[in-house]
Amino acid sequence: MNVTLFIPCFVDMFYPRVGISMVQILERLGHTVDCPEELACCGQPAFNSGYWDQAREVAVHCLRRLNRAEVVVIASGSCGAMIKVFYKELFAGTPDEKMAHELSAKTWEFSDFLVNKLGVTDLGAKFPARVTFHDGCHGLRELGIKKAPRDLLAKVQGLELVEMPGPEVCCGFGGTFSAKFPMISTAMGEHKCGLILETGAEYVVSNDSSCLMHIQGLATRQHKPIKSIHLAELLAHT
Amino acid sequence: MTTVAKQFKADARRITRDLRHRGLILTALKKYEAARDARLAKFPDWQSARQTAAEIKWDAINHLDKYLLEFAAKLEARGTKVHWASTAQQAREIILGICRDRKARLVIKSKSMATEEIHLNDALEKAGFEVVESDLGEFIVQLRRETPYHIVFPAMHLVRGEISDLFHHKLGTPPTDNPEELTMIARRWLRHKYIQADVGITGCNFAVADTGMVAITTNEGNGRLTGSLPKTMITLVGIEKIIPRLEDLALLQPMLATIGAGQLITCYNALYSGPRQPDEPDGPEEFHVVLMDNGRTRLMADAEQRDALHCIRCGSCLNVCPIYRNIGGHTYGTTYPGPVGSVITPHLRGLLEWKHLSFASSLCGACTASCPVKICLHHHLLQNRRNAVRAKPVWWEKIAFDLFAFIFNRPWLYKLTKPLGRLGQVFHPLIKGTPLDPARAWTQSRDLPRIPRQTFKEYWRSRR
Ligand code: SF4
Repeated sequence: MNVTLFIPCFVDMFYPRVGISMVQILERLGHTVDCPEELACCGQPAFNSGYWDQAREVAVHCLRRLNRAEVVVIASGSCGAMIKVFYKELFAGTPDEKMAHELSAKTWEFSDFLVNKLGVTDLGAKFPARVTFHDGCHGLRELGIKKAPRDLLAKVQGLELVEMPGPEVCCGFGGTFSAKFPMISTAMGEHKCGLILETGAEYVVSNDSSCLMHIQGLATRQHKPIKSIHLAELLAHT
Repeated sequence: MTTVAKQFKADARRITRDLRHRGLILTALKKYEAARDARLAKFPDWQSARQTAAEIKWDAINHLDKYLLEFAAKLEARGTKVHWASTAQQAREIILGICRDRKARLVIKSKSMATEEIHLNDALEKAGFEVVESDLGEFIVQLRRETPYHIVFPAMHLVRGEISDLFHHKLGTPPTDNPEELTMIARRWLRHKYIQADVGITGCNFAVADTGMVAITTNEGNGRLTGSLPKTMITLVGIEKIIPRLEDLALLQPMLATIGAGQLITCYNALYSGPRQPDEPDGPEEFHVVLMDNGRTRLMADAEQRDALHCIRCGSCLNVCPIYRNIGGHTYGTTYPGPVGSVITPHLRGLLEWKHLSFASSLCGACTASCPVKICLHHHLLQNRRNAVRAKPVWWEKIAFDLFAFIFNRPWLYKLTKPLGRLGQVFHPLIKGTPLDPARAWTQSRDLPRIPRQTFKEYWRSRR
């Protein structure tokens, strides 16, 4: 299959290993990987802030370029939701509306793609550690992804998954919300860190780097013994 | 920023630091969650129950014209006086007028968020009436001269000791740590008031159109006493409370009890269809129903968000909301706090003044997933944000997002942000978290990740 990867701006900039791991995994499975260099952002920050015109200006490039792909795979549940769910709303009533629906149908979040499109769960990964999994809200509630990442983790050699008391509780990131209302966002993050620490796990894993950026940023600042890793990076460990 | 928005931020800053408050709310909600989950498990298929409930309310709201008239006609046929109020002020005047005509002195109330919405207690007190809340939680917050903290659990933010102290100071009762004794104190006090009250005012959980009945649900039986002991009963009904058929209660009442309070069914469920009839042993001599719009038809005109009128005020979206859990009910500064309040308050009280509530959300969607009538709450928050920007963009935000679009649409410019970012990172520690730091809103409480030597795009280019 020809897989087109969409690497969101902050993954490109801060978490290249996530993208690199995805390339490695997909190539190992025998697929051709392509990554349009001219695309950087799905437009979500503007969209979530109410600036839909600016969001559309950015998104239209993604939409038109990605729509040429056979399938689109995305490293983040949040950007995945933007393209799969919210583009339909953003482009409603515009000439690009139909294209937004077409793109939605062939866009996949990474773990969902592996498990439900390709039908693989065992990637031959080894990761001898106790980990806990955080469900990113957009992946969970917009895209309905809950089981796929756990199916993948279950096949990792040496890995023990300990569920935290509230895997579905928001980490408090919420994009521009984290800067507009830092006090609320931080309090939510503190609560999340507490839930993670309760498990005694060495790592918190997620399929969304944005949540991990928030959790890790807070944990580091508050000297909490939390290490974070994106699911793709973990799965690339052999 | 508007004054209410400033107040919201200031209150949020204070309360999010209050770890006692955080612990208190989490403990209270943990008990609720356990009870709710146990009761939810009794529904053979909760998801299809939600779908059915949403369809019932969809029918009600989309045929409101028909159902309201049916409701009113049926009530009038049994001797009820039905009043129509477009605004809060009209509703207050109607109610005050009735109290004056009856030469009332004491008014007793059962729990009603609609009366909170129109600040009825204030108006009654200013007009010289004594007002007593009969729901235990409402009674407590009334003694404290506070607004309800939660739409279902008004005194959720208080612990036993605080309630005992309050009773001790206000009612002169000896301090006690025994919850039953605290309840008995309130009960003894209230019984006495019920007998003296001239008028009873209630809210309404469901307004049943086909039989013309007001359905009131309480756990303490106070709704029944309020409705049957005083000679005059007044019920204030938000027009969205309509349901088409009596049989709809078979689903909606257990649903409300389950998701709202973790109960199979609420203890006392009463239906009022009119004043006392000649062959009936009890009931009020006069029954008034005040049907109130107060901005609801404005919300109805918004096709995108009309489903927000499906709300049965169960409080579930508040309970699961991580924002509500951290800032608590009073911070919102509205009658209806939590996700549903953030959605409807801009419609009821003005978008530009209340838009900040729609921005104060991580859009996690826990509210939408929990709503028994399937209101798409967090998507409505997004729509409120869009509408607010359309109505009046914030100048510096507009510049920022114009710039955002400009940069991301020019790959060469975007490429430049990386070396610039790396350079900035070298100097950043000097200003980190200070007022000079452009990323201060983030870095005051959190670290930023570092830009690694090679970004993904640089890796990709190097591979080819
Ligand atoms: S919006 Fe839904 S969850 Fe929230 S109070 Fe209303 S019915 Fe309950």
